[in-house]
Amino acid sequence: MKRDIFQAIADPARRAMILLIAGGTVTQHALAEHFDMSQQAVAKHIGVLIDSALVKKTRTGREVSYTLEMQKLDELEQWIATFRSIWASRFDQLGELLTELKQENP
Amino acid sequence: MNTINSFQFRTDKEKRMIYVEKHFDASGPLVWRTWTEPDLLDKWWAPKPWKARTREMKFEKNGFWHYAMVGPEGECHWAIFNYNSIEPERGFSGSSAFTDEQRSSTDGPVSFWSTVFDSSAGRTRVKIDIAFEELAALETMIGMGFREGFESGLQNLDMLLPGLS
Repeated sequence: MKRDIFQAIADPARRAMILLIAGGTVTQHALAEHFDMSQQAVAKHIGVLIDSALVKKTRTGREVSYTLEMQKLDELEQWIATFRSIWASRFDQLGELLTELKQENP
Repeated sequence: MNTINSFQFRTDKEKRMIYVEKHFDASGPLVWRTWTEPDLLDKWWAPKPWKARTREMKFEKNGFWHYAMVGPEGECHWAIFNYNSIEPERGFSGSSAFTDEQRSSTDGPVSFWSTVFDSSAGRTRVKIDIAFEELAALETMIGMGFREGFESGLQNLDMLLPGLS
């Protein structure tokens, strides 16, 4: 099931997990040590991160580790940056238009 | 540095919100006109080099603004803003979506907008709060060429932006 990235980052524990994974804490066991919750609960949160494609799971022998999908986060940042630029451009034009209108109707 | 008119843009990803704010050196009634009259909206709504072209506007409760964003190569994205509430010269709210030339479907991503105007002594602050349903909506928007379309335009825009306040 594909999940929403916002749903993934809505939970404070998951936000902390994203930071830990980004910081290099990559096994489930190592992650669980940072949280006052069961291994099962940690696994569930990681499941949400994986479903939202924010985190990728890799298995090496018996060891399961996690890495961050930076591309997914970048996409979001890029979209937001684009949106910001659109508003900056709009407001520049609106400012010019208002100056013109004020001159026409002093 | 012109901080007094400075443009603010904040995001709250957890709440899926974008907050935009800007002051203008113009009276409340004048700024209100630029947001609510189609011929004036067409002059500024689209980021360069795109142009906004109003097809039809009914600025009233449960009314709509149906317009096209026309690109430099003539490419066209139809959009609609449906007005839910209007308080003259104070603000309006509604939802924004993609549609087609006939307004026959609005199955694209939807965002919910609240635009509020505050003015005093010939200056007006405009605050826009935009709520997105979910990232899936943003991804659809990106998939529909929104990002690519605007980015081609924004490459030119980037040269203009440093001059902005």
